[in-house]
Amino acid sequence: MSVPSARPLEEQIGQWRGYLRRRRAIGGPDVEELESHLRDQMTVLTDAGLAEDEAFLVAVKRMGSLDALSREFAREHSERLWKQLVVGGDGDAAPATITRTETAVVFALAAAAAVAVKIPALFGLDIGTASAEPFYQRNASLFVLPFLMGYFAWKRHLDGRRLISLLLAFAAAAIVMNTFPFTPGSDTRTLGAIHLPIALWLAVGVAYAGGRWFGDGGRMDFVRFSGELSIYYVLIAMGGLVFTAFTMMMFTAIGMTPDWLAEDWIVPCGAAGALLVGSWLVEAKQSVVENMAPVLTHLFTPLFTMLLLVFLATMAWTGRPIDIQRNVLIGFDLLLVLVVGLVLYAASARDPQAPPNLFDRLQLLLIVSALAVDGLALAAIASRISEFGLTPNRVAALGENLILLINLAWSAWLYAEFVLGRGQFRALETWQTAYLPVYSTWAALVVVLFPPLFGYA
Amino acid sequence: MDLGKDLVAASATPLVLAILAEGESYGYAIIKRVSELSGGHLLWTDGMLYPVLHRLERNGLVAATWGLAENGRRRRYYRLTPEGRRQLVAERKRWQVVDDTLHRVWMKTSLA
Repeated sequence: MSVPSARPLEEQIGQWRGYLRRRRAIGGPDVEELESHLRDQMTVLTDAGLAEDEAFLVAVKRMGSLDALSREFAREHSERLWKQLVVGGDGDAAPATITRTETAVVFALAAAAAVAVKIPALFGLDIGTASAEPFYQRNASLFVLPFLMGYFAWKRHLDGRRLISLLLAFAAAAIVMNTFPFTPGSDTRTLGAIHLPIALWLAVGVAYAGGRWFGDGGRMDFVRFSGELSIYYVLIAMGGLVFTAFTMMMFTAIGMTPDWLAEDWIVPCGAAGALLVGSWLVEAKQSVVENMAPVLTHLFTPLFTMLLLVFLATMAWTGRPIDIQRNVLIGFDLLLVLVVGLVLYAASARDPQAPPNLFDRLQLLLIVSALAVDGLALAAIASRISEFGLTPNRVAALGENLILLINLAWSAWLYAEFVLGRGQFRALETWQTAYLPVYSTWAALVVVLFPPLFGYA
Repeated sequence: MDLGKDLVAASATPLVLAILAEGESYGYAIIKRVSELSGGHLLWTDGMLYPVLHRLERNGLVAATWGLAENGRRRRYYRLTPEGRRQLVAERKRWQVVDDTLHRVWMKTSLA
């Protein structure tokens, strides 16, 4: 026997298994499945007369190269390494590396966003003054989001046609927000300012997903990105708060009043730049703090389920009706947003292949109890809606409630099918991602149609 | 014979579905069956079968369960779902169209 057989066979198989395990796209059960295949192949080969180590070499060779294998698995299981996927190209799953150029681009864009916030000051619109407040309120999202979109357009090599349509969306938003003849203290203007970022976030999403918005998990990746970004943003904001506090303390100590420095410069410029830096951190630090949003989801789903159930039980026990105050509808809207968020982020981190588990049942319970609570609130409001009159705020809140209600009702149905073993989890994920444009479309309607409908009041 | 990457990829779905229509099976046996059926002309890189199986599973066309092999090791068995059976019928019609078309044109032209 001339083939050198220095190591025993099991050790060689173990080493091969180790190589497979190191590939992030190939999960534990996949390794087991592939190993079982390898051994089947080896059995046949040794039965045909090959020596064990020869059989091993042939079987490994037939399995295919690790790179090719891991690339194929990555295509099928993009959730396992969503951030590593280099978007575009031929799906090469090379690990994303943050280049020096990218760092430079991001910091230039962040600085540009910070400067953009201050440019209106040259025209007498000083941030922090009462006269400039409506201007800043209307345009807040337009100072930052174009830069963020630009970052992704650059990073994903967005094609010209798509880039132009996104830029047109931003231009249209700027025109609508600044040419509508809003009355002073207008509600529709405030509504527009609140809804504009939601509408434009879709444009950012299209840029983020590159060419993958209409398939291939691009939207789910954007959901994951949004969740991680909000976590990074809160962290950066907390750091900024400490920074501002020290600025105030130190300059006050030498008898100066640095309020203007904090209010006019540090806070607005920091808030603008932080969004870009946060996005870059999500892209760069992918494996360091990976997927915090799903962790929080798992932490709070049981708590909120319990809260809703206790609330329902208390209402049933005491017979207390929901006291309809002015903002109660908004409160319940936020509750539904939260539940949708919990469902979305749980879905984003779930292995779609796994069978239903306890957490899925808990999610279903959460959705159903949220639907029940919202149903009670809506019933209470419906009976008195004529009394309140249809103000723009109320129509917007009611519309949002309806949109979220539809989403959750259908999600509950899909979840129930899945838990009962009659449906695929994928259906729920597809529903959630397909629904994303609905939010932005509604927000765009509020921005564009509400002011003329309600006389710009 | 080298069939080319695209043709191999395109034929993978109907082939796997058709083989599973013969009965529950597992990765290695499927590869062996493909090789048998094609007289050894259709050679897959073994590992590539699994992402295909996982995609079919995600789309609900096949269902998988862990079972025990004769040698006592764990093995993943795949079987066709009703949805997969419908898909197979559709795939078959599609390939039939391609096959018929090619057949007709080849009857008229002679390459030999």
